[in-house]
Amino acid sequence: MSNNIELSRGLDVPVKGAADLKVRKTFIPDVVAVKPTDFKGFTPRLLVKEGDKVMAGSPVMADKAHTGILLTSPVSGTVQAIVRGEKRKLLAVLVKSDEEQKWVNFGVKNVEGLSAEQVRQTIMDSGLWPSIVQRPYGIIADPDLKPKAIYVSAFNTAPLAADNDFALGEDLSAIQAGVTALAKLTDGGVHVGINAATESSSPFHKLEGAVLHSFSGKHPAGNVGIQISHISPIMKGDTVWTVSLLMLAAIGKVFTTGKLNLMRKVAITGPAAKDPAYVETLPGFNMKEVSEFFDTDKGELRIVSGDILSGENVGPEGYGGFFANQVSILREGREREILGWAKPFRPGVFSSSRTFFSWLCPKKKYDMDTNLHGGQRAFVVSDVYSKVLPMDIYPIYLIKACLAGDIDKMEQFGIYEVLPWDLALCEYVDPSKNDIQDIISKGIDLMLKEMA
Amino acid sequence: MADNNNTPKPGLFERGGKLGWLNSTYEAFDTFLRVPATVTGRGSHVRDGVDVKRVMIIAVLAVIPAALFGMWNIGHMHNLTMGTDWNLWQQFWFGFLKVLPLYLVSYIVGLAIEFTGAQIKNEELNEGYLMTGMLIPLIVPVDTPLWMLALAVAFAVIFGKEIFGGSGYNFLNPALLARAFLFFSYPAKLSGTGTLDAPNWLALKHGETLADAASGATPLTYAFQNSDAGISALNGAGYDFWNLFAGTVPGSVGETSTIAILIGAFILIWTGVGSWKTMLSSVIGALCIGWLGNIAGITDIPAYYQLVLGGFAFGTVFMATDPVTSAQTETGKWIYGFLIGALCVTIRLFNPGYAEGMMLAILLMNTFAPLIDYCVTSSAVNKRAKKAKIA
Repeated sequence: MSNNIELSRGLDVPVKGAADLKVRKTFIPDVVAVKPTDFKGFTPRLLVKEGDKVMAGSPVMADKAHTGILLTSPVSGTVQAIVRGEKRKLLAVLVKSDEEQKWVNFGVKNVEGLSAEQVRQTIMDSGLWPSIVQRPYGIIADPDLKPKAIYVSAFNTAPLAADNDFALGEDLSAIQAGVTALAKLTDGGVHVGINAATESSSPFHKLEGAVLHSFSGKHPAGNVGIQISHISPIMKGDTVWTVSLLMLAAIGKVFTTGKLNLMRKVAITGPAAKDPAYVETLPGFNMKEVSEFFDTDKGELRIVSGDILSGENVGPEGYGGFFANQVSILREGREREILGWAKPFRPGVFSSSRTFFSWLCPKKKYDMDTNLHGGQRAFVVSDVYSKVLPMDIYPIYLIKACLAGDIDKMEQFGIYEVLPWDLALCEYVDPSKNDIQDIISKGIDLMLKEMA
Repeated sequence: MADNNNTPKPGLFERGGKLGWLNSTYEAFDTFLRVPATVTGRGSHVRDGVDVKRVMIIAVLAVIPAALFGMWNIGHMHNLTMGTDWNLWQQFWFGFLKVLPLYLVSYIVGLAIEFTGAQIKNEELNEGYLMTGMLIPLIVPVDTPLWMLALAVAFAVIFGKEIFGGSGYNFLNPALLARAFLFFSYPAKLSGTGTLDAPNWLALKHGETLADAASGATPLTYAFQNSDAGISALNGAGYDFWNLFAGTVPGSVGETSTIAILIGAFILIWTGVGSWKTMLSSVIGALCIGWLGNIAGITDIPAYYQLVLGGFAFGTVFMATDPVTSAQTETGKWIYGFLIGALCVTIRLFNPGYAEGMMLAILLMNTFAPLIDYCVTSSAVNKRAKKAKIA
């Protein structure tokens, strides 16, 4: 690959608990949660009620704004409960799975011969349309639009993230079908960001019909948002779509097998995980079903669906997210270290800055917990943020524009280009301990409201 | 506190407790002694080990060599002028006793105001004053009356910081503001002329008087202020590059030794707490104007002398790099630093009344830092907009 894009800024958080490259167990979850909250911009309308029988691929809810956009059940079974929160907000539909799985048949199709309309309709029927994310703002793709281009990142750089070559390498043919299908929905082509480091071994270098871009660098080099900003930055008025490699495989399988098959290898990771490894299962499984990986008796744990930088804290009895193929298990860090800030040596604490001596052991992996390591302050230090954000924007100015709710400034400083997790590392390194992802997320909500 | 949600009654110092109104003060001491038990809420589940307390303690650590040297130098200067025959420890001890009251006043007054402010606003105490309080005694003449210093500290903390919302929101360096307050309110004390009435750069024991009026003058006076100012006057007074570099000359407590300051600079740059860009560009700026001054025949002081004279080195390393009041953008830091160095030397060359240009140069550039950042960010934004149009 000649056009390698090398990203010098970034940080690989050295946390313990990477998953072994083996599948510990394969299971169909007893109960699966379909959570509309996993999809930004999706206003759910329920299509089922308690006791209804569903098959894998049967619609469960539809988007109020665009009734053709469906969420379907990943599993065949019976609707067990409908979970609502405050103001009757729909939080989840729980489906109890059957012994024997039945699938809705969408029909095996040869992608090559399909029109754009047929591709769109098949993806929408299967319930996978919400897995296409539209930027700016990271919302569900608008099926009536033709995006500038579609972007896929073929590798993960987030801490302890699932290894795509291992987790999805076997699905190459499905992914190829997905690429071919999605290419019909845009004139700008499907762009796939691949990892320069695994160029010789990774199967994704063989993808056809896609524009391949090779990237090297630390996290967040694998974030699709970072890759887009180096391929063709999103400007005002642009619309692009992104799909994760995992969902691209699922889309491909709808065409190649005619079924909604969301089985995936999920990496169970984290410093508090016992013998971290992979499990193969469906999205929306309950964390109780992987309880052999953690031990709640030995102190309070945090179970995160996703990675430790931007995953969702679901708790030991919560349900995993739709997009996640990782679970991170951490100790809650409530111990109080005496004079921690003043100690010259704190061997257990990692800092990307040289204010601690962790730079002396660059290979060491740390048993990190959820302690904030300080109190929240005003922004004091100015140069740490851009060191971990390989994008051509001024993160601190964007953050302050979001705090001020200044639409013009947010626009100028690149709100169209980022989603909260692109700035997760800025939040991680921030000595002032601000909730930067939350600030960006609120900024995006404001943009959505004002621009609507 | 968040972790005690299940205790039915609030603790003594918690909000709602008996002494709950002291919550902010209690928290300040509590988190000073132990890392808070706060866990991450929204967003990133793990966080870096560094916090503002750590950044500040590193900055304070970097100043310590300059402070220790300054203390010794006070004794050393006294020794030279008075002809006493003290050893190293006696000299240090003399200086230490002279500087200690300054530190006591600086920290007691400053922290009292910070605590009160945090208490009134019911917020957590900010660590910013740890550094400010460390710097103030080092940039004032050692015989500054304590009541003056107390006033200056109070002014700097209240009007330099608290009215803007505290550390992180201020736009002027509070330590320099304290010095500026002294300079404009009590010019006789800080004029640096070293008259018998105000022998301000030397510490004297009670009852001692100076035999020679001029011996209280700083090298800056010889270099720029006197009628015969220049390199020969400077060298004639016994100041060459090397003792200026080493710091065995009269001046404010911490500013004289470029060596001690370089140790601090190394700590700041290595840990990333201070910006090397600001420091380097300030040096370049000073050299440029110093050299131009040579070419134009305004002064015969070689440009590299500018780096070791007066408060230039101290200001460049510890004041200009203050992350809150300096430019925030990386390009901005180059411009900001360069202008500080350039302005400092310009003031030295053209203001014979008061040759110490560093204080005014930094304060002036503090006010311009947001403008520099504005220009840098707007030009970047425009460039992107143009690129988008072409593409």
